[in-house]
Amino acid sequence: MNGYRRDVDTHPEYLSPDYRSTVRRAPDKPPILLPHTLSEITGPVYGHERVGPTDHDLTRQHAGEPLGERIIVAGRVLDGDGRPVRNSLVEIWQCNAAGRYVHRADRHPAPLDPNFTGAGRCMTDGEGRYRFITIKPGAYPWGNHDNAWRPAHIHFSLFGTAFATRLVTQMYFPGDPLFEHDPIFQSVRDPEARRRMVARFDLDTTEPEWALGYQWDIVLRGRESTPFE
Amino acid sequence: MPGPTPSQTVGPFFAFALPYEGGERLVPSGDRDAVRIVGAVIDGDGAPVDDALVEIWQANRHGRYRHPEDTREELPLEDGFTGFGRCPTDAEGRFEFLTVKPGAADGQAPHISVCLFARGLLRQLYTRIYFPDEAEANAADPLLSSIADDALRQSLIADPVDGVLRFDIHLQGERQTAFLDV
Repeated sequence: MNGYRRDVDTHPEYLSPDYRSTVRRAPDKPPILLPHTLSEITGPVYGHERVGPTDHDLTRQHAGEPLGERIIVAGRVLDGDGRPVRNSLVEIWQCNAAGRYVHRADRHPAPLDPNFTGAGRCMTDGEGRYRFITIKPGAYPWGNHDNAWRPAHIHFSLFGTAFATRLVTQMYFPGDPLFEHDPIFQSVRDPEARRRMVARFDLDTTEPEWALGYQWDIVLRGRESTPFE
Repeated sequence: MPGPTPSQTVGPFFAFALPYEGGERLVPSGDRDAVRIVGAVIDGDGAPVDDALVEIWQANRHGRYRHPEDTREELPLEDGFTGFGRCPTDAEGRFEFLTVKPGAADGQAPHISVCLFARGLLRQLYTRIYFPDEAEANAADPLLSSIADDALRQSLIADPVDGVLRFDIHLQGERQTAFLDV
């Protein structure tokens, strides 16, 4: 059996002081190296039972249509060797077009939309593809520092094929002027890796007279080339 | 080869999206082997972390994982047991799972894998829950025996308290839990 590669140059450090919440939450002792075992190379395998037929369409979860710019977000989930990750659960959540989350702790004085919750899920198909229909989330202020605003983003949660490939991340929109001011986006030190969090506008994904389309591929960890036993 | 997608924090606002009914219950409460695992996530100031998400992954009571790469056909799978659990922390930082102690697998002591997400964690943290009634197996476990520091090693072994197994997760400081580079 082969373990998964540790993509050490890609991910943010736990302690990233410009993002204030990391200061009292980042561990201060170094993590203990765990050579992969059966426990890490296995992981939850979801059936389709948790995913309803309209769970991928965030514009159809209420009686009316949500306000905002309707968009399609589609792409593939790949492993680090470029192979599709098939039949794998993708979960997303986001704020509404005004920048407000359906969450009691969100105090941003922007309106809630009675026709928008902002949670969706789907399974990747046989080629690793996923597709969501939603509205473009707004930017919103947060208390991290003076005049702090988060760039518009959609949260993604992915399982891949193993507990070791679990990934929670955020997808951003191209050309956002807030990137350079956002300590969460900037916590990824490598500019090339930061670019991999930004979706691409795609005319072929765009549906005429209906919705703009964005493409965003998500790449999970690849396998080590040498087996561990 | 495509570069990997970087991790970003789960943020504070996932509660309407990720938790699901029964996510913390891996077995029915009537299961004769059921164990309750209760804990709290605590930050560097000793304050409860009320916006964390705890996920667990484990083998069943026979030591078998429900996954295509666990090919040990001689160990039975169990109907209805996925081995996965998900629980958000409450206002006191608490989480709770109802599950069974997994069988030993792969030359390791029985253990449950844990993955923790929270606001302020730019990447998930991994740890493991080991069992206090497995002294012999724990002593021979490759991971536990690789940890020289007693307190750090002990932080991976749950405490039996009032009929439940207590497993607190300290993010920082003197009492920090051992986190794993997975």
